[in-house]
Amino acid sequence: MVAQNVAFWILAVAMAGAAIGVVRSQNVVHAALYLVVVLAGAAAQYILLAAEFVAWVQVLIYIGAIVILFLFGIMLTRAPMHSESSMDNGQRIAAAVVGLFLFGVITALLVDAYGGKEIKLENKLVAIGRSSSIATSIFRDYLVPFEVVSMLLLAALVGAVVIARRD
Amino acid sequence: MALNNFLILSAFLFCTGIYGVLARRNAVLVLMSIELMLNAVNINLVAYSAFHQNVSGQVFALFIITIAAAEVGIGLAIVLLIYRNAHSVDLDDVDQLKG
Repeated sequence: MVAQNVAFWILAVAMAGAAIGVVRSQNVVHAALYLVVVLAGAAAQYILLAAEFVAWVQVLIYIGAIVILFLFGIMLTRAPMHSESSMDNGQRIAAAVVGLFLFGVITALLVDAYGGKEIKLENKLVAIGRSSSIATSIFRDYLVPFEVVSMLLLAALVGAVVIARRD
Repeated sequence: MALNNFLILSAFLFCTGIYGVLARRNAVLVLMSIELMLNAVNINLVAYSAFHQNVSGQVFALFIITIAAAEVGIGLAIVLLIYRNAHSVDLDDVDQLKG
């Protein structure tokens, strides 16, 4: 239990620092690389929670595909690398107030509602996170949402081609 | 492990994402901040899945990962279109609908 807690805090500090890097970095490519750290940290947290299938899907899709899409986007829009003008607009202070206020409210609510609740790490958790149990759940309980999501992906694919086509 | 550890980490990531959406001018950076927020929701779902010892949360996390992929694809297509028409991805320049 102690080892998991130590691992959690190391990952959490790294993720929090990298998340601030994503929203504060003045270099777009650095922001994308900070995003990789956050996403990899999330995958590691899933492994801590014994959700191995979700963790590897996170690595494959987020780090493998989405970050590459972002890098393509940065390349194609020729975003300024060393910007003469800032990447931030004039509402930084208001945005920080909103973010801190929301964080305070959510934290107070969570401490009130879930203070002292523990996640029990036991063998049942490993059985739940296995891909066989997730596949059983998707194809038995969530078959219709699964089909809807595949239609959504198809629509997004066609839509992205139509929107970005040059004619 | 305390459940609140994961929930508060997730709340922090979500609020960082909100700050990014509000304070950034570059459209690609705004999309990255939205990814931060979606990721925070995923951490929440997996933590609750472990807390309740129920697989549904993980299935929902997988659905959200899929939808995030679709969202980034469409979002970057729109950003490319804005860049092609306005020669800039600065969101302060995209004000054609402003009265």
